[in-house]
Amino acid sequence: MPVITYRQALNDTLGEELARDERVVLMGEEIGKFQGSYRITEGLQSEFGKQRVVDTPIAEEGFVGLAVGAAMLGMRPVVEIMTINFILVAIDQIVNHASKIHYMFGGQARVPLVVRTPSGGVGQLAATHSQSFENWFAYCPGLKVVAPSTPYDAKGLLRAAIRDDDPVIFIESLALYDTKGEVPQDEDYTLPIGKAEVKREGTDITVVAYSRMTVVAMQVAQNLEKEGISVEVVDLRSLRPLDRETIVNSVKKTSRAVVIEEDWYSYGIGAEIAATIQEGAFDYLDAPVLRVAGVEVPLPYAAKLSQASKPGAQDLINAIYRSLEGGKRWQK
Amino acid sequence: MAKQAKQPVDGAEEVRRDLSGEDPEQLKHYYYQMLLLRRFEERAGEMYTKAKIGGYCHLNLGEEATIVGLMAALTADDYIFTNYREHGYIIARGIEPGPVMAELFGKETGVSRGRGGSMHLFDAGTHFMGGYAIVGGQLPLATGAAYALKQQNRPGVVVCQMGDATTNIGAWHESLNLAALWKLPVIYLIVNNGYGMGTTVEEGAAEPDLYKRGAAFRMHGERVDGRDVLAIRDAARRLRERAENEKQPAILEAVSFRFRGHSVIDADRYRDPEEVKQGRAQDPVSMFARQLSDAKIADDAWLKETATRVEREVQEAIDFADKSPDPKIEDLFDYMYATPVPNTPGREEALAIARQAQGGR
Repeated sequence: MPVITYRQALNDTLGEELARDERVVLMGEEIGKFQGSYRITEGLQSEFGKQRVVDTPIAEEGFVGLAVGAAMLGMRPVVEIMTINFILVAIDQIVNHASKIHYMFGGQARVPLVVRTPSGGVGQLAATHSQSFENWFAYCPGLKVVAPSTPYDAKGLLRAAIRDDDPVIFIESLALYDTKGEVPQDEDYTLPIGKAEVKREGTDITVVAYSRMTVVAMQVAQNLEKEGISVEVVDLRSLRPLDRETIVNSVKKTSRAVVIEEDWYSYGIGAEIAATIQEGAFDYLDAPVLRVAGVEVPLPYAAKLSQASKPGAQDLINAIYRSLEGGKRWQK
Repeated sequence: MAKQAKQPVDGAEEVRRDLSGEDPEQLKHYYYQMLLLRRFEERAGEMYTKAKIGGYCHLNLGEEATIVGLMAALTADDYIFTNYREHGYIIARGIEPGPVMAELFGKETGVSRGRGGSMHLFDAGTHFMGGYAIVGGQLPLATGAAYALKQQNRPGVVVCQMGDATTNIGAWHESLNLAALWKLPVIYLIVNNGYGMGTTVEEGAAEPDLYKRGAAFRMHGERVDGRDVLAIRDAARRLRERAENEKQPAILEAVSFRFRGHSVIDADRYRDPEEVKQGRAQDPVSMFARQLSDAKIADDAWLKETATRVEREVQEAIDFADKSPDPKIEDLFDYMYATPVPNTPGREEALAIARQAQGGR
């Protein structure tokens, strides 16, 4: 199977869906002539033309809402928000409109819309350009939110999102764009929205992650195997709907859980996962569910401070040790 | 001295037009529609005080001519997006008063199956694309619908209705810029009733001549007397042709007077009683009745008969709403998602909620 980057997987999928369905149209800032701020849409405007790959002014509320309205009339817009930080000025159109139109009007209108955007921080992008807001959207019934961690998942979930008749928030990560993985080239596969995947099986502890943190969790799991610790990694893939069953079943097996997330600690995705675990597997737990998350500061620019504020592999390893040391099984 | 009620463009208190070139039956139909909206809204206000209607309820009283004139100009191809003060629009577009009243009553037979309420009326069949309750929210949506019409080479235009104060919100500026930049077939209809809740146009807008606010986008704008059904109809027709054939968006500002408070529960303490008295004296419905009488198009017997007919139809709407069933709790999750996916709540979860609602565990 060919190995391609996460970026290439997205670019291929967008091109294939543009070719497959004439109702699909891409919209966003600098996605055409400029080829995309992170080159996800590279080459697509020259291939499909300015009517299908549409450069918009800097007006997120305007063009996201425009895409919602176009979707209501049968188009299938795929909107790029340059980074998730800029989505806040469009949140009214997503939360108050896109998410509610199908339900609130008694099923008379559909909003087949995808909003793609990278979340999380990389380098020293500082306070306003390093945030994770996927939990804000995962909170909202009526939306679907997916956050793939590999090129294979990115392709399967983006295809599913574009072909879905509901608004889907598609969470990417700047730090994942250059990562590589195997992706079949001729197979028209989709992945189900609303299902998690056990990315790695293990018996001692469950690590729940999504997007880039799944990659971190997989590396940590591999390293800890050398120490005789068997880590199971559950990749959420989908934040709404949330596959509670897969999470709970994993914890019933391992009796311990750590969540790693790039967002802030309080009220983050990890809080929801921890609640899910205590509701579904309370009697199975040998240790409290722990969360590894961002330190709660506006992310500082200075490299040393920035590094200290972001969750990483060492934080996860420390949490796994704490969980294992705190329970009976590790002491036997 | 009492503040003057907002004057229409020509400053005349009474709408007077030459009706000689008009089809008398058409004019009578306009009057019937205006009276229907008037009585529907008056009775809706009454039903609200009887707690048949919950939540917020905003009435179109005083705006009947604007609504009927607009709808007279539109074709079946056209799409309409409105704000939350929209009962009259969906009725004038052709929906029976019964399902509209049923929606206000929160019934399964309502136009949005009781899921939307007064502020969220919808009818796919007539392209009535929804009442939206976040000020400005409908503007990008309507602009996008116009974009879709153009992309798909379909006939028709989009009308986006809003209140005067909406011209101060960001979505207005972003939408107008996109519509002008991409030459989209959309008409932005501003219903200027002088007030955004209790704030006057002059208190909220640095350019209170709202139709001029498209200048920043080189967008054509016009102001018409919103109490004059024919003025609205003719202006809307003209702008509609232009939008459809030349792909030129436009602003249409219709000046009228809000007969009551912002919503049914608003006691309207901030307006000078004299201003309200004057505004109501220039009633578009009774002015149009006088015009029809003076032109010998309608006599007293016809006007009386029409009033009786309207009274009966509104009463039938209320009876229909009253007798209609409530939506079932077991249907709570219907319409959550158009494409079903795993791990979304469905019938089973709704039944559990229904059992709890009945006192079970």
